[in-house]
Amino acid sequence: MSAYLTELTLAHFLTLGAILFSLSVAGIFLNRKNVIILLMAIELMLLAVNMNFVAFSRFHGNADGQVFVFFILTVAAAEAAIGLAILVVLFRNRNTINVAELDDLKG
Amino acid sequence: MDMKTLLLLIPLLPLAGSIIAGLLRNQIGRAGAHWVTILGVAASCGLSFYVFKLIALDGMAAINTSIYTWALTDGIRFEIGFLIDSLTVVMMTVVTFVSLMVHIYTIGYMRDDPGYQRFFSYIALFTFSMLMLVMSNNFLQLFFGWEAVGLVSYLLIGFWFKKESAIFANLKAFLVNRVGDFGFLLGIAAIVASFGTLDYAETFARAPEAVGQTISIFGGAEWSLLTVICICLFIGAMGKSAQAPLHVWLPDSMEGPTPISALIHAATMVTAGIFMVARMSPLFELSEVALSFVLVIGAITALFMGLIGLVQNDIKRVVAYSTLSQLGYMTVALGASAYSAAIFHLMTHAFFKALLFLGAGSVIIAMHHRQDMREMGGLRKYMPITFITAWLGSLALMGVPLFSGFYSKDLIIEAVHLAERPGADFAYWCVLLGVVVTALYSLRLLFLTFHGKERMEESVRSHLHETPLVVTIPLILLAIPSVLIGYFTVEPMLFGGFFQDAIYVAPGNDVIGEIGHHFHGPLAMALHAVVTPVFWLVVLGSAAAVMIWFWKPQLATWFAQTLSPLQRMLDKKYWFDEVYQFLFARGSLKLGNGLWRYGDAGLIDGALVNGSAGIVGRLAVLFRHLQSGYLFHYAFAMIVGLILIIAAFVILDKGMLEGIF
Amino acid sequence: MTASDLFIALPELFILVMACLIMLIDLYLPENRRGMVSFISVLTLLFAGIMVMRWQAVDSSTAQYAFNGTFVRDRMADVLKVFCFIVLGAVFVYAKHYLRVFKLMCGEYYVLSLFLLLGAMVLISAASLLTVYLGLELISLSSYALVALNRDDRRGAEAAMKYFILGSLASGLLLYGMSMLYGVTGSLSLSDIAASVAIAGDNVMLVFALVFVVVGIAFKLGAVPFHMWVPDVYHGAPAAVTMLIGSVPKLAAFAMAIRLLDNGLVPMQGDWMAMLTVLAALSIIVGNLVAIAQTNLKRMLAYSTISHMGFLLLGVLAGTAQGYSAAMFYAITYAIMSTGAFAVLIMLSKSGIEAENLDDYKGLNQRNPLLAALMLMLMFSMAGIPVFVGFFAKWLVIQAILDVGLLWLAVVAVVFSVIGSFYYLRVVKLMYFDEPETTDKVTAPADFRFVLTVNGVAQLLMGIFANALIALCVASF
Repeated sequence: MSAYLTELTLAHFLTLGAILFSLSVAGIFLNRKNVIILLMAIELMLLAVNMNFVAFSRFHGNADGQVFVFFILTVAAAEAAIGLAILVVLFRNRNTINVAELDDLKG
Repeated sequence: MDMKTLLLLIPLLPLAGSIIAGLLRNQIGRAGAHWVTILGVAASCGLSFYVFKLIALDGMAAINTSIYTWALTDGIRFEIGFLIDSLTVVMMTVVTFVSLMVHIYTIGYMRDDPGYQRFFSYIALFTFSMLMLVMSNNFLQLFFGWEAVGLVSYLLIGFWFKKESAIFANLKAFLVNRVGDFGFLLGIAAIVASFGTLDYAETFARAPEAVGQTISIFGGAEWSLLTVICICLFIGAMGKSAQAPLHVWLPDSMEGPTPISALIHAATMVTAGIFMVARMSPLFELSEVALSFVLVIGAITALFMGLIGLVQNDIKRVVAYSTLSQLGYMTVALGASAYSAAIFHLMTHAFFKALLFLGAGSVIIAMHHRQDMREMGGLRKYMPITFITAWLGSLALMGVPLFSGFYSKDLIIEAVHLAERPGADFAYWCVLLGVVVTALYSLRLLFLTFHGKERMEESVRSHLHETPLVVTIPLILLAIPSVLIGYFTVEPMLFGGFFQDAIYVAPGNDVIGEIGHHFHGPLAMALHAVVTPVFWLVVLGSAAAVMIWFWKPQLATWFAQTLSPLQRMLDKKYWFDEVYQFLFARGSLKLGNGLWRYGDAGLIDGALVNGSAGIVGRLAVLFRHLQSGYLFHYAFAMIVGLILIIAAFVILDKGMLEGIF
Repeated sequence: MTASDLFIALPELFILVMACLIMLIDLYLPENRRGMVSFISVLTLLFAGIMVMRWQAVDSSTAQYAFNGTFVRDRMADVLKVFCFIVLGAVFVYAKHYLRVFKLMCGEYYVLSLFLLLGAMVLISAASLLTVYLGLELISLSSYALVALNRDDRRGAEAAMKYFILGSLASGLLLYGMSMLYGVTGSLSLSDIAASVAIAGDNVMLVFALVFVVVGIAFKLGAVPFHMWVPDVYHGAPAAVTMLIGSVPKLAAFAMAIRLLDNGLVPMQGDWMAMLTVLAALSIIVGNLVAIAQTNLKRMLAYSTISHMGFLLLGVLAGTAQGYSAAMFYAITYAIMSTGAFAVLIMLSKSGIEAENLDDYKGLNQRNPLLAALMLMLMFSMAGIPVFVGFFAKWLVIQAILDVGLLWLAVVAVVFSVIGSFYYLRVVKLMYFDEPETTDKVTAPADFRFVLTVNGVAQLLMGIFANALIALCVASF
């Protein structure tokens, strides 16, 4: 117990990753107002995963995890670009970015 | 070209012709339709003769080959394959040759019909199906061919689908064949269940092991497995080959165009049942009971259906009843274990009966589609070729020595005489009397049509003339084998061991072999005929016919009056139709109505179908509402799914909790 | 990286280069010559197909690895890629007509589709978590953009946004699972993971990771309860894009399931079998039921997709070579039939209005008998009526699960496929027994009609000659 409080272990990083991940997931389905918050939640989720990868990479002492992180960062950038582009299209067509108003398609 | 491709081409060429004539009927026109189908069938006919030469003359070994494995399940292969042996090549040549003749003839017969292309497409399709049937090496393909020829037959009986009687005949043929096919399917199912294969060769190899095995069908009664299989298969043959009491559809099938009556309802399709039983000879030989059954059914058909032919006035119906009777003869031969004689009669019959039908058709064309013989007479002056060929065909049918029918029919009668199984005596008397009847109705047809007073209306008579070449050439081409083929083939086919590779006859049953001991060539056989009862029965029948319908036509009326109950019975065809109509058609209608009202409408529709449909509908709407359209609900569903799976596999699985770090 | 690495991945590199080239060509093409792009794209597919078939893995039984074991070329990969090309080629022909009619003719569709194809190929050939992720993201990002192809369409934008959010959530979950897999095994290579997992034995971390991975796969396939995006995206996207999303990505998703579950996590077969069993049963039940309540053909086909993916999962969850090949057969035939069904929809569409309501199909037989007959064959095939290829697909997967003793699941599958046949037959009934509402002629360019005819008749021919394709699938495992 005392060791857990005094020094940083793998478990600390994984816990942080898990907390960030849960926050982002919660953000996606609790938020009912703004699409931009959804985009932010997605970014946060990828960062949580990155935290895991880096921690594991350090733990195992091999670089594979860190390489993966670079790829995730790159993809995340592309994803953000596309997300924002869709957001622009959405706003132009509907004049709103309220998540609760996106309900033309259902049933 | 290797053998497989060649064999594959034989059925596929007519199929290609059929597809082209059917789908592109508007593009290729009438001439295109008959050219493409005739070329397809002619090529197929040529190839069949080539294969015939290889197998029959060059002595090539039988071919048993699988072309394509369609599916495989639990060790049972569903295949397309060919078994080409002596039996197959005989059938192939007969089928393609008669089919080719009918194709050519149709050009003349259907000239003014609006459904010209459709007709050609159907008959080419028929040729394909029939070839698939006879060339098959397994029961699945046999069943496919069986149903496919049936389908084309229904399509063609109802070809003039605006004619009330044609639709009725169509429905009747369909329903009666259902009964036969039901038996057939049960037979195949029993084979698959007990031998675990659809392949002929494997079935035959395993069949001897099943001797003595029994199965119980209704309650405790034990039945011999092989007898059940054989009788089920034969019930299929009874439907297709129109044996009593499943014969009722065949006379009505004459509602179809005449070329069809010749091709399908006389020469080829109706003989499929005969072929099938001959093909299954290794099975039938193992069941004495089944053979007796076959024998008796055939005998009844041979005699009693011939009798009806005596009172018919429609020229095609006389020939139709004669066909029934001759099919009966073939069946009798099967029952007497004289399979090769049955196939021999099948072949000669195919030629002379096709000839008679096409001759009748030729008369019908000349008479402007009138078919009642009472309105004919004296046609010999107007249509000499038809007249001569019809006489030749009839002589062959009657079994006058040296004509083809003589050899085949005489052998059947002889074989039944020698057969020793229960029912053989009855069958012998039936086929003997049948000879008299055959002579009677054959000559009656000829005299009423071609001789005597000209009884037709003046308007018809003034236009009477011989039919065109496309009609008469097939008649002539068919007349040649009708007369000669028996003389030339009887020895090699029956006594030369020709069918050795295809037909199995148990040692004690070999009646044909026994006849072979006394056989000294076809000419000797014809001469010897003079001292047999069969010949004198033909003479007797002919003399009576000449008396009644040629010299003293008033005798016919006198007979009709004195024997009016008999006449009435024959006229009503033993009341088969009435009984069926009352018992099955009306009875099942009532039963059906009852079941529909209480069972179907009440229980099944009300409770099961509508009930379950209602539940399904309500569930559908419920689930549909879950698709709310809101993004956060969708994400929530995903997360709930994730958590539930984790819960099920991680939390609930206690054994795994120990594994944490 | 060596030259031989490049050689193994040559088809992928070719597609990449051509996608970039086409993007450039499109910039310089005048408006009226845009059809060229479609032509070049089809040619690209043709050449890529030749490359895959000509330089087939020398010995098909051994796999060839490239790029430090992150990329693999084996029999399954080759077969799936060739079918991707065939299906995408048909999609391109259909799409050209659609894009013309809807005035969307531009190079983006083709460029994005080719990138999507590249992603699918990478995913099909993935041998490491990294390549799985990259292939998956390439497919996803291209399809998000494609769904929003019609920039002035409210529904398209909504569908794109929903797809984007849910897709990103799913790939986030998958990544989280991957990070845990990496944490337990210390490797990204699927074969190394398989080896380590076999040694690690029961480990709660692994089960956690497996759940996340399965969720990622289920989302891509559209299995219940991760299916919510499917109806909305199918409905909202332009028909040409819906058709695309229903074809190539399904083949890729199947490959992803095989790569991750069989190649990577085969020691945990018992666990993922149980998970997939639940997902498959739910998909078959919900997909078939909700499809009945639909009046919109695109939505109906979306729910039918969900049920079909349930059937596909049956083959995967059997966990046997027989099951995998059955699932592969299912994926391939499904891609072909769904493409055909959407093509019929496109052919009936008029400028600006997609023929997505079931009422648009009333009396189609009187308006265009050939088209009605083709649709009939497609619907019969989807319903799994014998002789048509769809029957064999269903039969094979059901046989596969029967062989591993899952009788109850087979019963569920059969019962619900019977219930499901209702909505397919309803379309047939509308086409043949109802009176048409309009008498407009239905027309399309010759190449469109030709490909569609082949596509429809293929349902019948592939059923009659099913063995060749079955043999190809069986040889892949």
